[in-house]
Amino acid sequence: HIATSLPLPSERDHLRPRIDLIVFVIDIKSKCSLKNVEASLAYVDASFFLGKVCFLVTGVGRVNCCSIEPNAISKLGEAYCSPVLFCELELEGVRVATAQRLLRMLQICAGLVPGFSALSFSLLMRNSADD
Amino acid sequence: ESGDPQKTALLLRKAWTLYSVTPLYRFCRGRLRDYARLLSAFIAAEKQKGLAVEVGVELDIKVALSSLPELQGSEQDEPAVLVQLSSRSRASPKNSEDKIVWSGCFCCVYGDDLSENMPEDFTCLPLFLANGAESYTSVVGSWFQKTFDCTFRRLAISPFSLSWMVAMWAGCKVDKAASAVELVFSVPHLPQPLDISYAIHPEDAKALWDTIQKTPGEITQEEVDVFMDCLYSHFHRHFKIRLSATKLVKVSTAIASAHCDGIVKMLHSQYLSGVLMLLTELAISQIQ
Repeated sequence: HIATSLPLPSERDHLRPRIDLIVFVIDIKSKCSLKNVEASLAYVDASFFLGKVCFLVTGVGRVNCCSIEPNAISKLGEAYCSPVLFCELELEGVRVATAQRLLRMLQICAGLVPGFSALSFSLLMRNSADD
Repeated sequence: ESGDPQKTALLLRKAWTLYSVTPLYRFCRGRLRDYARLLSAFIAAEKQKGLAVEVGVELDIKVALSSLPELQGSEQDEPAVLVQLSSRSRASPKNSEDKIVWSGCFCCVYGDDLSENMPEDFTCLPLFLANGAESYTSVVGSWFQKTFDCTFRRLAISPFSLSWMVAMWAGCKVDKAASAVELVFSVPHLPQPLDISYAIHPEDAKALWDTIQKTPGEITQEEVDVFMDCLYSHFHRHFKIRLSATKLVKVSTAIASAHCDGIVKMLHSQYLSGVLMLLTELAISQIQ
């Protein structure tokens, strides 16, 4: 399911399946997309931040087109204890690889991979320097 | 600080293409005349090889290298080096003046980040400005790269850096007849390219910046963000267009103008050093 912002329209709540993973897409070339994501985060229930949220940053192939402060996104990931994936969706190969990664994450979040749960992501997020 | 106004005036009101340059190995300031001779010979040799610089015109190129001690920030900075290519057409009379066809300037303004731990034999002049035909830039660049084992790279300016520049420069005090603060945006994903130009009265821009900046002489990321957000929301209120979703490609103020392709024009001698300091910082981050 794709949405341009949150919250999702409430009319369709009863038809919606369980949400296992939320991927926030940020385009490094658009400050607007970062602001949109920041505003949408407020509508996400706290329980999702135990590994069921991730940030997908696209446009990183062209550093010279960056409209966002370089550290802003990693700070966002730290603040919300969620992984940040970097990619370049405009390149087909990277797009396919990214889709495969997200699918794998989704399988884990949906509980379909024995031995791994969404909580594993939160644990992996801990910076080794913090320990 | 303005040194000899004549010399620094050379940099004003010209469109300079920016490059970052890695430190030069065994560059000796006492040998500028020798270097000029060697570069001159190199250019003549390249011409012979058929690198026609200007077709159909017989030109003798003279090379002059000089130091510009006025262009440095701190004591540790290397004084700038100016390279000028001048020509006199063989057809014109003997006593006519040489015309400068190409200028290049290596400089370093507050480049302590780079020069701090640099070994003895290296000279740090990370910012290079070029004005004139691209073919000359290429020839001069190759000679420097071969002779001093350095690398030149075009320095592009991201929309993020451009927004810093416009916020800083719009806040500078300028005289009554100052030109407008202009921002040019390029709209992506359209079948035909669309550019949006947003011009603001310089006094309004300065007034806005003054309400935002807390400590004079200091600028924070938050302050730049607030400044840009104010401009964007004002535009959105009037035109229902979200500029934050477009690409900022050029900024112009009375102090200087800058384009994302790495082309800069400096307009105000008082702030020349400040602009060069910013550009030096960009060049250094591209090198590191």
